[in-house]
Amino acid sequence: MERSKRQKQRKVLLMGRSGAGKSSMRSIVFSNYVARDVRRLGATVDVEHSNIRFMGNLMLNLWDCGGQDSFVESYLTNQRSHVFTHVAVLIFVFDVSSKDTASDMLSFASTIRALHEYSPSSRIFVLIHKMDLVPPEEKTAIFQKKSSDIRKACEDEEFLPDQVGFWATSIWDQSLYRAWTQVIYYLVPNASAIENMLSKLADVLDARELMLYERTTCLVVTHISRGSEVKNPFADRFERLSSILKTHKHSMAKHTGTMASEVSFAEMQVKTGSFMFFITRLTENTNLAIVIANDEAAFNCARINVQLAKKEFAHLDIMEKKAKDPQRA
Amino acid sequence: GEQSGPPPRRKGNPRLLFMGLRRCGKSSVQKVVFEKLPPAETLYLEATTKIERASMQSFMTFDSAELPTSLPVQSPDYDHASIFTNIGSVIWIIDSQDEYLTSISELLRLAVFLAENYPRINLEVFIHKTDGLSEEYKYDTFREVRQRVQDELTDYGYGDRPVSYYQTSIFDHSIFEAMSKVIMKLLPALPSMETLLTKLCSTCRIQKAYLFDTLSKIYIATDTSPTFLKDYEVCSDYVDVIVDIKQLYGWRDEGKQGDQNSIEESMVSFDKSGDTYIYTREISNNLSLICLMGQGSGPNMRPVLDYNVEILNGALQKVFKV
Ligand SMILES: Nc1nc2c(ncn2[C@@H]2O[C@H](COP(=O)(O)OP(=O)(O)OP(=O)(O)O)[C@@H](O)[C@H]2O)c(=O)[nH]1
Ligand SMILES: Nc1nc2c(ncn2[C@@H]2O[C@H](COP(=O)(O)OP(=O)(O)O)[C@@H](O)[C@H]2O)c(=O)[nH]1
Ligand SMILES: [Mg+2]
Repeated sequence: MERSKRQKQRKVLLMGRSGAGKSSMRSIVFSNYVARDVRRLGATVDVEHSNIRFMGNLMLNLWDCGGQDSFVESYLTNQRSHVFTHVAVLIFVFDVSSKDTASDMLSFASTIRALHEYSPSSRIFVLIHKMDLVPPEEKTAIFQKKSSDIRKACEDEEFLPDQVGFWATSIWDQSLYRAWTQVIYYLVPNASAIENMLSKLADVLDARELMLYERTTCLVVTHISRGSEVKNPFADRFERLSSILKTHKHSMAKHTGTMASEVSFAEMQVKTGSFMFFITRLTENTNLAIVIANDEAAFNCARINVQLAKKEFAHLDIMEKKAKDPQRA
Repeated sequence: GEQSGPPPRRKGNPRLLFMGLRRCGKSSVQKVVFEKLPPAETLYLEATTKIERASMQSFMTFDSAELPTSLPVQSPDYDHASIFTNIGSVIWIIDSQDEYLTSISELLRLAVFLAENYPRINLEVFIHKTDGLSEEYKYDTFREVRQRVQDELTDYGYGDRPVSYYQTSIFDHSIFEAMSKVIMKLLPALPSMETLLTKLCSTCRIQKAYLFDTLSKIYIATDTSPTFLKDYEVCSDYVDVIVDIKQLYGWRDEGKQGDQNSIEESMVSFDKSGDTYIYTREISNNLSLICLMGQGSGPNMRPVLDYNVEILNGALQKVFKV
């Protein structure tokens, strides 16, 4: 109880019209579903809550709000203050294949009007979803057209341009992880402190790249690139890694006959002629992926140094909590 | 890929021919296995009207062709030699989600035709589209097909002709496992590779060892212990992980040709104790040894493993003269 009070609860609303794909997304990212399992999901009745702990002191409080018109009507009227107060982030999902775009826009506009009333400083993440249904050559144009229409609606409701971001997503590829990674990065309260420590660790290890990710969701919380790795042409490698590791978790779970949520590995290493990649546990909820040059001695050194760093990272959570206490008192 | 003119003749490559009734899944299998088409996209494939060839250049070259159902290859005035000469295996695909009696009688005609004209060609039967079927139905269908074909072949006097049966679907790993077993039979070096792998397994407490063609994900040899789809699955998935990570961080090496000194190696443990794990070691370009390590093969087994893998590596280099 004491502990949960200290945690930073961040309320995230997941909204959009019925069938837009909200629960599908949530089940894949947070509940270890694979994409083809989501067909089993029924329409969400009212609001489904889930709590996910990141990095010790971030508690994500996710509200998956069923999108059928009668529910939405109630969020906007008798539940209005209950739903829209203390919101940190609204994730609004548009089904790109929807035929009824006028109603989608109306629903969006009335939702963000309520949001502006109760949580004017919140962020909006707009997901243009089911992009796999759009032919490749039309993707960019359609995404841009949709974004600019929605952006206008946001301006009409007096949201500032930098309060709103747009992502093209599909449950069938890593684009899902790109959008959610941005949400997490925005919410992690001590992101810059973590980044500082990671950056120091990277110097000690002489690493090319470090990625800190949450174990259940495989979402990358933050990453550090050094030297020539900054020029890595695969700009989408972080979300790809989330997707690769998530798939791998399912594979191990299937083989061992356990639940994906229970799978944990002690270590993974890939050694090639030019680099070494390894993953190791960092804190209770996070793993660290490390890329260094191909050098056996450096690799052994790196493993020891990561072991030593574990304490500091665990400490970081506590420091943050202490620093905040005086303000609460 | 369609090709004009006669196919290039390279001795010793596995050559496969896909046959079956229309819409049974021939194009899908060929494209998913050899051209990496995502399975869901096979929905949009159009009916095949000409012979379609596919070829995959990996550790070895795999050549395959699909015969359109309309081609009367067995009629006396058709130049069937142009099709069947040099073929290693004919794969007959049966759609198990459809009525399959017609397919079985066609298969029997083919079996007799092959026995009479091309007795050295392996006949492989894929009982296909098993996804979405209940375990029980899958098993019953498999047994029924096998029983009917064997009974009738015996009636024709060809009961001793070996015919192999597999349950397959392009939506899971079963198609790749079946293709592995089909292709292994065509490799002359198989017995020596099997012996080497079996020896490695007993020395190093390995539960299962595969030699993987990493591009096609077909294994070209395994030890002689029983094979389980689930072992293949987890190894095959792990190969994907390695290939992806190598792509993401190997970008500096692009263009550089295979560095002889580069030892490419990887492992992942399944549990916190690190007692069960997968170990992989690259033997040559596109050929990897993948081992599922069992209980008691924990970290202190590593030196023994490294040493024995080194020996195996040397022996395999001789087998393939790579
Ligand atoms: N093609 C495609 N289909 C998707 C995608 N995401 C979800 N779907 C499908 O969309 C349908 C509806 O998904 P849900 O997640 O239940 O929708 P929801 O937004 O939670 O709906 P409510 O709970 O009623 O508000 C399901 O049949 C999913 O299979 C996607 O990225 N691409
Ligand atoms: N459910 C299921 N459908 C499959 C499978 N393989 C192929 N199909 C479908 O069967 C249909 C016919 O496939 P196609 O390859 O064109 O058949 P062909 O006429 O024999 O070449 C397509 O719609 C495929 O998507 C499978 O393993 N499972
Ligand atoms: Mg829902």
